[in-house]
Amino acid sequence: MVLSFFDQFMSPSYLGIPLMALALILPWTLYPKPTSQWISNRVLTLQGWFINRFTQQLMLPLGRKGHKWALLLTSLMVFLITLNMLGLLPYTFTPTTQLSLNMGFAVPLWLATVLIGMRNQPTIALGHLLPEGTPTPLIPVLIIIETISLFIRPIALGVRLTANLTAGHLLIQLIATAAFVLAPLMPTVALLTATLLLLLTLLEVAVAMIQAYVFVLLLSLYLQENV
Amino acid sequence: MILGCKLSAPVKMADRPVPIVEKRLLDVKLGELVTWIGGRDATPNGIFAALRRGHDRYYNKYINVKKGGIGGIAMLLVGYVAISYLWEYDHIKHDRWRKYH
Repeated sequence: MVLSFFDQFMSPSYLGIPLMALALILPWTLYPKPTSQWISNRVLTLQGWFINRFTQQLMLPLGRKGHKWALLLTSLMVFLITLNMLGLLPYTFTPTTQLSLNMGFAVPLWLATVLIGMRNQPTIALGHLLPEGTPTPLIPVLIIIETISLFIRPIALGVRLTANLTAGHLLIQLIATAAFVLAPLMPTVALLTATLLLLLTLLEVAVAMIQAYVFVLLLSLYLQENV
Repeated sequence: MILGCKLSAPVKMADRPVPIVEKRLLDVKLGELVTWIGGRDATPNGIFAALRRGHDRYYNKYINVKKGGIGGIAMLLVGYVAISYLWEYDHIKHDRWRKYH
C-alpha cells in the first residue's frame, strides 16, 4: 500500500463508524454543565470565567441586535478551539482539517449575516459595496471588486482554517520523520531537528487557538456591518 | 409483616433471593454471568442510561471535587488517545519501519 504524508487526513473507520464521529462528540463531553451551586468545581469555574470573558469581548463592537448571536458565536469558538487543540494529541483526528466541515461552518453563517443585512437595512448593506471617498471614474470597477470580495468571504473563511491546520499537521509529521530518520545517522542534527519540532509544536498550539478566534472574529465583523 | 411473624431462625435482608439481573456486576457469580448479560437493558434508552451512570460516576469522583487537579481531564485525554490509536490501527500498521516513506 503506497503511503503518503496526506494519509493522516483520511478519515479512518472502525466497524463502519468513522473516527470523525468520536472526534466531533468529544468536545461535548469535555465541558460540564453549570450547576446552581454557588461555588462549583475548578473546571466549571474556569469554563464559566472564560466564556463570560470571551462573550463580553466579542460583543463589545456589536449593538443590541447583535447580542442575539452571542450564544452561537461563543459556542462556535469553544467548539473550534477544542477541536483544534485535541487534534494536537498523538493519533487523534482533527475534523477541522476537512474542508467540508469548515465550509459547512463558514457558508451558512456568512450567508446569514448577508441576508440579515439585506432584509433589515438593504440600503446600508448595498452601500458597503462602495467605500467612502472613491473617485468617480473608479466607481464601476470598485463595485465589481467589492462584490467579488463579498462572495469570496465564505471561501476564505473555510479555506483559511483548513489550510492552517493541515499545513501545521503536515509540518509536524515531516519534521518528526526527519528527526526520527536522522537519529541513528547524525545525532547532533537530529537534536537540532528535535528542538525545531518542539518549537513547531508550540507554534501549532498557538495557531490552533488563533485560527479559531480569527474565524469567529471575522464572522462577528461581518455581522457588525450588517446587523 | 416481617417484624410481626416469628420464625425459627432470624431472617436477614441478605437471605432474600434477588433476581440475577438486578445484581451489581461484582456480586454476580461466574456461572450467572451469561444470564446477567442477557437480561440487561440493551435498548437505546438503557444504553444511554448506562452511559449516563458511568459518566456521573467519573465526573463526581474526579472532576466535581473542591480541589480537582489536572488528573481528571488528563485521564480522559489519555483514554481518548488510546481509543484513537485502536480505531486507526488498521490504517497505522502500514507505517512501520520503512526505508522510504
